Amino acid sequence: MGRIRRPHLALAIPVAVVLLWLVLYPNLFVLADSFRGEGGATTEHYARFLGSASEREALWNSVWISLASVLLSGLIGIPLAFLFARRDFPGRRVFGALAAMPVLLPPLVGTISFMFLYGESGFLTRGVQELLGMERAPWRLSGAWAVLLVHAYTMYVYFYLFTSAGLSRLDAGYAEAAAALGAGRWTTLRRVTLPMLAPAIGGAALLVFMTSMASFSAPYVFGGGFRVLTTQLYNSKLNGEDGLVAVEAVVLVVTSLVFLWLLQRYEGKREYTGAGKGLGAAPPARGGRTWPLTLGSALAVGFLLLPHATVLLVSLVPEGTWTIQALPPEYSAENYTRLASEPERLVPVLNSLKMATLATLANVVFAYAAAYLLARGKGRSRGWVSALVVLPWALPGTVLAVALASTFSVDRPLAGRFVLVGTFAILPLAYFIRNIPLVTRAALASFRQLDPALEEAAASLGASRLTTARRVVLPLVLPGLAAGALLAFVTALGEFVASILLYTHRTRPISVEMLSRLRGFDFGGAAAYGMILILLVAVVFALGGRNVSGGTG
Amino acid sequence: MLRLENLTRRFGETVAVDGVSLEVPAGEFLTLLGPSGCGKTTTLRMIAGFETPTSGRVVVGDRDVSALPPQKRDVGMVFQNYALCPHLDVWENVAFGLKSRGDRRDGIGPSVDRALALAEMGPYARRRVQALSGGQQQRVALARALAPEPPLLLLDEPLSNLDAALRERTRDELRALLKRLGMTAIFVTHDQEEAFALSDRIAVLDRGRLQQLGAPEELYASPANAFVAAFLGRANFIAGTVESADGAMGIVRLAAGPAWRARLAAGASPGAAVRVMARPESLRITPADTGDALRGTVRDRRFAGAATFYHVELGDGTDALVQGRPGEAEPGGAVGLALHDGAEPVAFPAERA
Repeated sequence: MGRIRRPHLALAIPVAVVLLWLVLYPNLFVLADSFRGEGGATTEHYARFLGSASEREALWNSVWISLASVLLSGLIGIPLAFLFARRDFPGRRVFGALAAMPVLLPPLVGTISFMFLYGESGFLTRGVQELLGMERAPWRLSGAWAVLLVHAYTMYVYFYLFTSAGLSRLDAGYAEAAAALGAGRWTTLRRVTLPMLAPAIGGAALLVFMTSMASFSAPYVFGGGFRVLTTQLYNSKLNGEDGLVAVEAVVLVVTSLVFLWLLQRYEGKREYTGAGKGLGAAPPARGGRTWPLTLGSALAVGFLLLPHATVLLVSLVPEGTWTIQALPPEYSAENYTRLASEPERLVPVLNSLKMATLATLANVVFAYAAAYLLARGKGRSRGWVSALVVLPWALPGTVLAVALASTFSVDRPLAGRFVLVGTFAILPLAYFIRNIPLVTRAALASFRQLDPALEEAAASLGASRLTTARRVVLPLVLPGLAAGALLAFVTALGEFVASILLYTHRTRPISVEMLSRLRGFDFGGAAAYGMILILLVAVVFALGGRNVSGGTG
Repeated sequence: MLRLENLTRRFGETVAVDGVSLEVPAGEFLTLLGPSGCGKTTTLRMIAGFETPTSGRVVVGDRDVSALPPQKRDVGMVFQNYALCPHLDVWENVAFGLKSRGDRRDGIGPSVDRALALAEMGPYARRRVQALSGGQQQRVALARALAPEPPLLLLDEPLSNLDAALRERTRDELRALLKRLGMTAIFVTHDQEEAFALSDRIAVLDRGRLQQLGAPEELYASPANAFVAAFLGRANFIAGTVESADGAMGIVRLAAGPAWRARLAAGASPGAAVRVMARPESLRITPADTGDALRGTVRDRRFAGAATFYHVELGDGTDALVQGRPGEAEPGGAVGLALHDGAEPVAFPAERA
């Protein structure tokens, strides 16, 4: 027995060390901190949390805004997916692809573009104001509604992409069978199509829920008096109330974990696999009047692309030229050329690239090992690995930042603690941990498709384990691994939530620099960084899309 | 060339392979035959090194390889689904083993070309494996296993993914090729016809145990027990009692009256209740009123080209299959059944199901 299992052990030990030391351990510190008082263990922090009306309000707000985000995102994303998958009209493919564009906007960039567009002096707000000859702005982009709007805009993409994928996998045979059994179009939709899409829609719903629970940029910028847990936590951290910070972190994680648990129960229950050879997905319906569909989707997509256009426009505004005018009076490429002429301006870009690359490399190595264990390993330990691998997903960025900050701010090597806060290492570490679930899941999907007989064949041909890994396994899981790595890289590039709590001036990433430019009223400079992020993300996706699909055909 | 000594493999409570011992001389083509779950694949995987025996030894040549990983065993294997690397072309797949072994670059080329030529896949060297048909993939898998010239070749149902017509042709070519190379080969299958056509000897396995080991003709003519008799070819079982014994032969009084001369299997001593196994071609149809014949009614008739098979229901309800000539009897007709001259039925003790 031992001989067959030993290679697993060689992978299992580093994987276990990473999961226990970097994922679990810091969170246990937060948990311990939430009970730590002057004279030993105490529940006083919890009492304070529960006793405070504003804390209770923040908890309630976090939950309801997340549920509302799910509802609104679903109402936008699901019909859009059906429209582009089921009806054929001129421009269908182009608009279908463009509808996923918000994915190119890192959260902070999306939030800021909304400010320029719909804020009190935003382009659209001013436009409507002048059109109607109003004295004051027709609306204020502030509070719960503003947060909800930003969430719906950035998160409907999950519903859109998941539902589209579900529809493309859905065999047309089922709907045809239902029709042959006399079911009308609505009955088929309600009783056949939607239930079969349930796993995809459910997955998207929980993803949106978790994302908005963890959302920080939108409530931070637009919240105004609207408190949520993430912003409360940030404020407590700035005020140095460590006990309360820990309690807020624990509450946030527990709430997220409850919903993650619900997701896994749901996923476990509903798994449909089509049996046998099918007909393939239903082709989009042709005919009928198509121009209203083309026009409608053109408008919708135009609306979806406004934020990108806004960022581009504002990025062309030279510093200090735009004050009270509705539209910026001057445009130039100055914000971009200064990147080249002033090395200090380039630092955040280089920082982000460096840190994201480092984190992603670590993610790839870890995901390969962890996914191999999950796909080929046996026994109880697999359950533990699989649970710990998804844990970072339930950890909002703010919580992770707090956990890392409290664990790695002292030098106690015997307790596995080192001073990393303030060093270059802390941000890549945070990015790495945040992206563990993403990359590992992507790698795991590839490993599950890999025939174990291939490894046996290589072994019987005399290939050592290393040779087999290098020449057989790696080339075959590479497309999946690369896809996961690209997403991780892009996420790390634009990361803001954990960065803002952990950065130092020397290591500041693009997102943090953007915010500080904004604070200094250098809108153009901020938008230029936003534009750089958008472009980097677009380039990565464009390159990656080609490599990933061209890799092994 | 290969020796298995008391090879046993347990998975928890279940015993997949139970004390299998056998020896394969160099150049022999041995088939492990049995129904699914009989332990044949587990045995093969223990020889290859993918499974570790719970106890027992695997000896290749004069080397005990029981504790060696697959890489060190120098045993070639052809997999059921071929397990070709989809990211490598045909040539690179065949070169894989040679490269892994660290052969010199200039030595690899000729070896690969030779292996491809043996499998008649030379012209396809630069094709992607997914672009090949199932039969071609099978040839590439064979060439890949042969390229490092292993002393022992294992084949795990390599023909089961081919369609019927291709399968027969590939089977004959495979045997001819391996014989020409003087290869020692172990072949796993559940298809007795395939086993007959390919093997020098067959090892029949059931429930983890080796039931019988011998040449195909021997197994067919003198099965060691009722399982082997029923698994290899068609067999009719007719109840009776041993009247007298004379060395290996004896007289069995059938329950329906007639007495047959049969070979007595172990445990079939005078007075013992037995089931007499007779092959369809051992039986012949006689007129219903022939003395000392079994009586029955023709239930069905199946034309199979060279012969016609009759299903005859005997007095006790047993369905007997008889090989005859076309038009010998009509469904519904009463007939008698007798043994052909020289036919040698086998009597097994009745309690062995």
